[in-house]
Amino acid sequence: MTFGDFTPEAFAFGFFTILTLGGAFGVVGSRNLVRSAVWLMVSLFGIAGFFVLLSAPFLAAVQVLVYIGAIGILITFAIMLTRSMTNLKERFNKQWWLAALAALTAFLLLMVTVIVPTWGEMGAEEIPPTVASTAQLGEAFFSGWGYVLPLEVASLLLTAAMIGAIVIAREDD
Amino acid sequence: MECRDIINTFAPCLSDTLGVSTDLANFLSITLGVLIVATFPLLVTILLIWVERKFAARVQDRIGPNRVGPFGLFQPFADVIKLLGKEDITPAGADKWIYNASPVVMVMAVLLIWAVIPLTPVHVGVDLEIGALYFVAVASIGTLSVIMAGWASNNKYALLGSFRVVAQLISYEVPLALALLVPVMLAGSMSMVGIVEAQTGMWFVFMVPVSAFLFFISSQAETGRAPFDLLEAESELVAGFNIEYSGMKFAMFFAGEFMHVFTNGVLMAVLFTGGYIGPFVDQIPLLGLVYLLAKASIWYLLSLLMRNALPRVRIDQLMLFNWLFLVPVSIINLILVAFLMFVIRELGLQPDDPRDFVQNIPQTVVLLLGNVALLIGTLTVIRNRFRAERLAEQSTMLPAQAGD
Repeated sequence: MTFGDFTPEAFAFGFFTILTLGGAFGVVGSRNLVRSAVWLMVSLFGIAGFFVLLSAPFLAAVQVLVYIGAIGILITFAIMLTRSMTNLKERFNKQWWLAALAALTAFLLLMVTVIVPTWGEMGAEEIPPTVASTAQLGEAFFSGWGYVLPLEVASLLLTAAMIGAIVIAREDD
Repeated sequence: MECRDIINTFAPCLSDTLGVSTDLANFLSITLGVLIVATFPLLVTILLIWVERKFAARVQDRIGPNRVGPFGLFQPFADVIKLLGKEDITPAGADKWIYNASPVVMVMAVLLIWAVIPLTPVHVGVDLEIGALYFVAVASIGTLSVIMAGWASNNKYALLGSFRVVAQLISYEVPLALALLVPVMLAGSMSMVGIVEAQTGMWFVFMVPVSAFLFFISSQAETGRAPFDLLEAESELVAGFNIEYSGMKFAMFFAGEFMHVFTNGVLMAVLFTGGYIGPFVDQIPLLGLVYLLAKASIWYLLSLLMRNALPRVRIDQLMLFNWLFLVPVSIINLILVAFLMFVIRELGLQPDDPRDFVQNIPQTVVLLLGNVALLIGTLTVIRNRFRAERLAEQSTMLPAQAGD
């Protein structure tokens, strides 16, 4: 694809990129934590858009449901309930270089893993028009030959975490 | 190509008659479709405000709006003009961006649902393969808007109101999603069109009335209306999370709520009472819209009656009702329906032609009997529990006996 043919997909890709990256800059740039949380949700919404462009509507819906509907609200709640956190004014603390180092390492690792396989003669891989239907996804998760064991282990882990949270939060009576 | 059936052939006609390129014509037709789908609920809302006020007035033995236009039909326009003329206030110390974005997010969350609703057999915004999941995902965005409004207003009543709302909305999303799974299982598809088409032979409300009931109750709670209107609770919280909003921004919250209630009626129609299905729809597709809106209106009026006739519940009752009644019943209901579907398949009771009414009767009877059994079981459990509570209360109130 050149810059000459300006398809709706390209336009949508650009839009979601602005949403995702702009949201991410908003997260790190805001001085107010609640605003950061809102920006984070904008960024995650952009990622849901990418899933739609990649013909994976199921993942897009799950992205919105889990990351915006559940985790985003949880983060906002946690920030709002800790009143002292909402009025932070300093931009840096003593550990800023540690955080920068960690972020840089993660960024470089991701860049290497994304760029290296497509570097050189191979070029970009063609994305098939339909990746997998939701029915195929369900079969892969729940049939014997698929990923039923990892799924069950993961759900058991989540249930255990939920029970643990309730036990910790419970008042002794 | 003749341009007679303009609705279905808008894009090709445009490129033929005006010589616009096909891409642009497609783009224009999609844009127009989006505009219509997004505007339609907003226009319906104007009428709904009148219906709601008239209905509430009749329930309360009043006449309701009757001055502006015939039967007071133009009252909503007067309201809108009044709201437009009001001063737009942003409280001091409010987070301006989030404060202004919140009403938009609220209306957006409701409007987005309409994208997957099949209006007629041929007019669907998008027939997503995952329509039902999309609905759950989009509905959860509404919660976000409430938090944003409550926090950004810089008002403790607003914040308290939004805390209440979020607890309520998140809790009632659980039975809502679990009840939604039942029509998805029966239809074998998450697509809204697939669910409607699966009801050609028999409406799901006759097969699984308990699920319809659970969905109706929890969607009423999701809109935050009486008896679940703790988020507004005029007498306790002033007006809840939207107390600081005025003028059109307040009106957007208001319109969002009205639209949400009607959208729930439409969803009930689509999921349980066969959406656009009705006689002669195959010949005249637009008739489907009439059927859909008629069915939706019945559910809508039922929810209005509920709103006006029932008193507000307390917060502990609200949570008890959800976690000790709705959630267990919806989980048992889900397992029961899955089991009954297995039984039906093993006994060979499923219809050869799902579109035939008579062939649908055996499996409907089995599912209905299962639902009745569940209902009786639930009622027995509730009866025993409250009986024990009542007896315990009575024994403490009895006069002391000799030797106590």
